[in-house]
Amino acid sequence: MGGKVEIKKMATAGTVESNDILIMISKGEGNIEIELESVVEQQYGEEIKKVIHDTLVEEGVSSAKVIAKDKGALDFTIKARVRTCIKRGSGDTNEL
Amino acid sequence: MNYLNNKELKDVKVISKSEYPSKSVPKAKITKDLSSLIKELGLNDGAVLSFHHHLRNGDKVLNLVMKEVQKAGIKGITLVASSLFPAHEELIPLLEDGTIENIVTSYISGGLGKAISHGKLKGHIIMQSHGGRARSILNEEIKIDAAFIASPSADKMGNISGVNGINSCGTLGYAIADGLKAKKVIAVTDSLLEYPNYPADITEDYVDHVLMVESIGLKEGIVSGTTKVTKDPIGLKIAKDTLKVMEATGLLKDGISFQSGAGGISLAVTSYLRDYMIENNIKGSFASGGITGYLTDMLEEGLFTSLFDVQCFDLKAIESLKKNPNHLRMSGSLYGNPEVSSVVDNLDIVILGATEIDTDFNVNVTTGSDGVLMGGSGGHQDTAAGSKVSIIVSKLFSSRIPFIKDRVDVITTPGSTIDILVTERGICVNPLRQDLIEKFNEANLKIVDIKELKEYAEKIMGEPKTIEKGERIIGLSEYRDGSIIDYIYEVKE
Repeated sequence: MGGKVEIKKMATAGTVESNDILIMISKGEGNIEIELESVVEQQYGEEIKKVIHDTLVEEGVSSAKVIAKDKGALDFTIKARVRTCIKRGSGDTNEL
Repeated sequence: MNYLNNKELKDVKVISKSEYPSKSVPKAKITKDLSSLIKELGLNDGAVLSFHHHLRNGDKVLNLVMKEVQKAGIKGITLVASSLFPAHEELIPLLEDGTIENIVTSYISGGLGKAISHGKLKGHIIMQSHGGRARSILNEEIKIDAAFIASPSADKMGNISGVNGINSCGTLGYAIADGLKAKKVIAVTDSLLEYPNYPADITEDYVDHVLMVESIGLKEGIVSGTTKVTKDPIGLKIAKDTLKVMEATGLLKDGISFQSGAGGISLAVTSYLRDYMIENNIKGSFASGGITGYLTDMLEEGLFTSLFDVQCFDLKAIESLKKNPNHLRMSGSLYGNPEVSSVVDNLDIVILGATEIDTDFNVNVTTGSDGVLMGGSGGHQDTAAGSKVSIIVSKLFSSRIPFIKDRVDVITTPGSTIDILVTERGICVNPLRQDLIEKFNEANLKIVDIKELKEYAEKIMGEPKTIEKGERIIGLSEYRDGSIIDYIYEVKE
């Protein structure tokens, strides 16, 4: 991708099972806003936020509000959930 | 001479006929009035009260008694409870108002542990092992003023049995030292049975009062936590590898003695061990610890000659204790008191869990990854020290919580007594055990340096930031012999 992707509607991806993360995305106000709740907030909170932020930017999103409920997901899981969430929120595809 | 109380023979008085004793009558021990009983016991501020945890999260006795103590206005109590569960969260206000000042326990989970970690206890919490608890009570390091013993059944004279009554919880191993040593022993029961109530775990000669209450709790609460074999494929892989490790130690042969915890992976190891023993026609000696239905099945199949049971973990174990003479009762002292001869010293292999381990093999099962109290040694220290081979089974990756650290948050069990770590990503052997390393090399069992395993985990999870801790020491992690092995710090809310 890399182009500009607009979040048009609220969307979710992931679960609140152990080792997973639930990502909820909605329209932003011109910036990226991330609210995180994590079982490992103290140890990895900043890193998790950075992964979410970087994935959004990589996918071409510059305006979005993200609420994340993390149950100890590893970085690749977080990336996958964020990507799916962007596709759902931008109306990129109906199958996802 | 002591026999004459240091008196001269001429000073000894022989009683006269008018002083001859009358026939003795049974002591009146039964009461339904807890409030009057507390007055009668004459408890002062700073009294030491003890409780056992055989009803686990189903226990109602501890809350009931302590709330009455609070009503009586007694302050500064030292609570000596063998374990504390989420059900005891109701005691938080008693920490705040100073009714309970210090706590001595072997395990704590739920809201009460959280409150203590956040500084709610005015005094300190001392975390002991099960064997260490028995030691400290029997050698009078801890002097109990009154032991309130939740009794599934009792008769009017105070014979307490754990296998009779509506809330039969099986063996009462953790209450035995209290029964022997407390200044006053109170059987708290909801099932008053005909005299004599037997088999009695604690007999009437040790019991001062029998308190009748509506309910001592819920038997179903005994089965708390994981008491089923894991279905998780990663857990099963760890269990399979653990069996290979056990085989390589050369201890899997006739006469093996074995203990495992009641966690999902530990139970899976027990289950694989059963298959292995049947397949290879191995007859073991004993299994010990908290007993589950998995072990009573193995007893019935003749895979072990006997079970040493300090605590029944499920209802099947309670049934077995009742009917099988080879299912033996074991007190906390017999289990793991380091000052006497105890069962753990005869153990070949123990399988244990861990919240975290460090590169020196020190194990923490006392606090969670956030530093909050959520466990305790139980028999961890005792069995690790006593067994020929102690094996920690754990996932390396679980909810991104760092498992191998440079230094665990709180040392529960010293690395000098931990021999092997089995994870899904590799097996580590304590360098102190060169004999095991040689055996594993001979068996072509691949082992990995614990420091390398830690680096590997960090490559995937990232390096964790350390948890922000308070300055205040809220408690001590005591080793089974009474020495202090670590501090426990307050955690900011």
